[in-house]
Amino acid sequence: MTQIGRRFAAVAAILFTLAACGGSATPTAQTDVGITSNSILLGNTIALSGAAAAYGTIANASNAYFTYINNTQGGVNGRKITYKILDDVYNPANTVPLTKQLVEQDQVFAMFGGLGTQAQTSVRDYLNTKKVPQLFVATGATTFMGDFASHPYTIGWQPPYQGEARIYAKDVLANHAGAKLGVLYQNDDYGQDYLKGLTDGLGSSASMIVDKQSYDVTAASVASQLSTLKGKGADTLFLFTTPSFTIKALVTVTALHWEPTIYLNSVSNPQVYMGIAAKNGAALKNVTSVGYLKDPTDPQWASDAGMKLYKEVIANCSTCNVNDGFNIYGVAVAYTMVGVLKKAGSNMTRKNVMDIAGSQLSETNPFLLPGVVVKTTSSDHFPITQEQVITWNGTGWTLKGTLIDERGTIK
Amino acid sequence: MQGVLQQVISGIATGGIFASLALALVLIYNAMGLVNFAQGEMAMLATFVAFTLIDHGMSYWIAFPLTLVIAFAGGILIERIVIRPVERAPVLTMVIVTLGLATLVNGLAGFIFGYVPRSFPSPFSVQTVDILGAFVSYRDLGVIAVSAVVLLAIYLLLQRTTVGLTLRAAAHHPEASRLLGVQVSWMLALGWGLASAVGAVSGIMAAPILLLEPNMMQTIIIYAFAAAVLGGIESPLGAVVGGVIVGVTVNLAGTYLPFVGGDLQLAVALAIIVGVLIIKPNGLFGRPTVRRV
Amino acid sequence: MLQRIRTAPPRYWLVVVVILFFVGWPSVISSFQTSEWSQAIILAIAIMGLNILVGYSGQLSLGHGAFMALGAYTSAILAHRYKMDYLVTIPIAGLLTGLVGFLFGVPALRLSPLYLALATFALAVVTPSLIKRPAELTGGVQGISLVPPDPPAFAGDTFAALTGTVMTSDQWIYYVTLAYALLLFWLAWNLVRHRSGRAMRAIRDGEVAAAASGVNIAGYKTLAFGISALYAGVAGSLFGMATSFVSPDTFPVSLSIQLLVGAVVGGLASIPGPLVGGIFAYFLPIESNQWVPTQTWIPSQIASTVVKAGPAVSYGVVLILIMIFAPNGIVGLVTTGYTRLRRRLRGAADREAGQMPPDPQTIS
Repeated sequence: MTQIGRRFAAVAAILFTLAACGGSATPTAQTDVGITSNSILLGNTIALSGAAAAYGTIANASNAYFTYINNTQGGVNGRKITYKILDDVYNPANTVPLTKQLVEQDQVFAMFGGLGTQAQTSVRDYLNTKKVPQLFVATGATTFMGDFASHPYTIGWQPPYQGEARIYAKDVLANHAGAKLGVLYQNDDYGQDYLKGLTDGLGSSASMIVDKQSYDVTAASVASQLSTLKGKGADTLFLFTTPSFTIKALVTVTALHWEPTIYLNSVSNPQVYMGIAAKNGAALKNVTSVGYLKDPTDPQWASDAGMKLYKEVIANCSTCNVNDGFNIYGVAVAYTMVGVLKKAGSNMTRKNVMDIAGSQLSETNPFLLPGVVVKTTSSDHFPITQEQVITWNGTGWTLKGTLIDERGTIK
Repeated sequence: MQGVLQQVISGIATGGIFASLALALVLIYNAMGLVNFAQGEMAMLATFVAFTLIDHGMSYWIAFPLTLVIAFAGGILIERIVIRPVERAPVLTMVIVTLGLATLVNGLAGFIFGYVPRSFPSPFSVQTVDILGAFVSYRDLGVIAVSAVVLLAIYLLLQRTTVGLTLRAAAHHPEASRLLGVQVSWMLALGWGLASAVGAVSGIMAAPILLLEPNMMQTIIIYAFAAAVLGGIESPLGAVVGGVIVGVTVNLAGTYLPFVGGDLQLAVALAIIVGVLIIKPNGLFGRPTVRRV
Repeated sequence: MLQRIRTAPPRYWLVVVVILFFVGWPSVISSFQTSEWSQAIILAIAIMGLNILVGYSGQLSLGHGAFMALGAYTSAILAHRYKMDYLVTIPIAGLLTGLVGFLFGVPALRLSPLYLALATFALAVVTPSLIKRPAELTGGVQGISLVPPDPPAFAGDTFAALTGTVMTSDQWIYYVTLAYALLLFWLAWNLVRHRSGRAMRAIRDGEVAAAASGVNIAGYKTLAFGISALYAGVAGSLFGMATSFVSPDTFPVSLSIQLLVGAVVGGLASIPGPLVGGIFAYFLPIESNQWVPTQTWIPSQIASTVVKAGPAVSYGVVLILIMIFAPNGIVGLVTTGYTRLRRRLRGAADREAGQMPPDPQTIS
């Protein structure tokens, strides 16, 4: 190589090394990238603008809980948590570069609370290859918990959609044997996962489903699909729909003079949505759902210690509506995150934290319904599998029966 | 049989929403010779304005006309600030500007009001009417009725008043109109103001059904395009008829054509747009245009 | 040969410098930043395609995201299901998309610019739901995950010899993308310089007159559509490689808008325009969200507004401002500025020689 070439290479190499350095702490046996003596850096991508932006408040709520821990306990073992949240507009094309940035440039310790099935799938292989924990993703898509064997650095948190649908199947078989089932589902992973859970849960009785109709989020109305279901004689209706469409469906069902038993999914059941549906004429008779979180608008939790803590925590977030069910979700999942960090103690490596989250979780969470346990073992990687059936009583949800546990049923 | 009737009736109901927004598109086209890609977003923003007024205690019956006035003024303002500088630019520039406007207004609404869906009041009750076993709510009928009234108003304005004539003349023959002393530029502003007001009506009528949120009109505008194109982009009557046909076709195709299904409803609207433009570009009620060199 | 090098206009030297810059760039930035620049160049390729259609032949398409999706999925399916080498799939994806674009161009002939815009806009909105449909083939909503390609031996060795570091997958992807960009930009430059380019511009500036002059309108318009789609298809294929994942929600209507923004901001009907546009369109949302809040000289109210409002607002404002104040985009501004500067510097000489200032390429 010529003199010039060597100089060029030397300069380039120096510049390259300088650029790559970025000031990260050299990992020792007990710490890792993103951990310093007094801080922990967590990263996240979530929809803060665009069509799915209503979910964005989850990250802000989680951050409120981290702020609370930083202020009242000085962080975790003397390390304050910094939570860097980036807007991916729910588009995997953005999730990939933003996640790479958080990992390679910002040098986060772990990714926490990522939202969206497609978005989180798009970075799952990357994070697992780089052995960066992808913790407690904000989606119930079963694959994030079911595929732990092939993706040991990824774990979900909320009950899997399939598990929830299995509970509906159990409830239908127990209370409405012989019913004719109609399903309205969104044509994406969300709706399809629920549908699979229902079909699997019904097992040999799957023929109870007389028809299933899908819709795309670009639809102006779901009246067409609902009339078809009504026309096929369905007397029980499953709504595997996102909140906006759930409300429209409830209104349309009443407008069609149809009174099926309705099962609607947990994402759409916050009281505020039911209120909108009622205002627009939905009769809301015989509506069943499941829950696992305490609902901030439910008066039975007014003097509950966990609910009081939630209200104290959420005050740290100026843009968060205290009555929004998404916010208590955000706080609850952050509680689990902090629990994992605490358990890691002085061994703050990515591997240790991932092992705890994926196989050694065992906590009770003040923001979840009494009796719900957040648990993972070496053979079971579904953190939450218990939900309770709830029915609409005209002004709120009433807990029915006891918690139903779907642990171990999903392969 | 009853199933088909219900599909048709529901289709007419949704079609009413398409028609109401299509009327605004038609009005803009009459004033400018172009479609405004931002029409739906402007309608949504106007509805949020109404919502804010009502939320602060104003009665619906005062907020409604007041919003129309604000929308009218807003439309003129937007035209003066954003459109006027590119008035004589080619089609491409105008399309890009209105697209930019749509993106801007949508982002702004999301930023100011957040993305959680809200309910919006309607003067019509939620009770339903029974038509030979098929059901439609008074609210849906209300949308159609109001659209018909707006249609009549637009027709009278465009065809029976001097203002309307001047408006159309300024759009079709700007140079000749200038020679005759017409303030072409202000006619365009007037057109925008009126279209904005009509869009506001559409938004206010549709919001109780669609739920008020920033993305409320994002896909409705495509259906409205289909309606306007089908009916003839210059014809208000065409917009209403087109809207109804689009609504019904989308429902019937989704239900009875197995390869379409409920999740490709928007694709049906696209097919209508493309089909009409290829087979009969002037739509049902449009008149053929002559291209001059 | 030496004679031609000596008399080559300064513009050519600028091109050489730019090429050298891009070739050497990855050695001074991190691997992650290199992957960002890959994305920007990919957008630039797609925008170049859009530019051929919009800027040079005057047909307006708001649906180029759909063509990118077609290219991306073609490559993904061939690589994932049929186990083809990803690099081999790129030209296949490009050609297939080009063919589809050409066929699109046929009915497009009958549509006026406004209606073409309308129809392609509707296509862009419908694209995700169309992808979800044939779930067997496209993987539906699960999308298709791809394995990032490893740098082959010759590339890895060269890179290591020159810079002393191991070539990462991201860097290899960058060089593949750059190679395609150089090739496609060079092709586009040739296209517009020669007969087809002149024919297209004639069509753009006055279709009736062009027809009267004997230009084969239908042929050139559909050709423009086909070529434009080919570029978008290649860009889509490279995009799939760079992100290692394709799914329906990766191609929303905002992608088509992003391409349009890039084309317009860079400068329509120019060759360097799409490059500038691609860089701009890719980095604007990221910088407005992350860089703006760190700048202390920006008042915090404005900074937080910009961040909260999201990229949509920035895009909208930029589109409008550019169309009003700089319809020829950044390249247009630079060219006009440079021309004016030159005129002022050369002033007297030009006036004496009676030379008219060169006509900037415009779209109006």
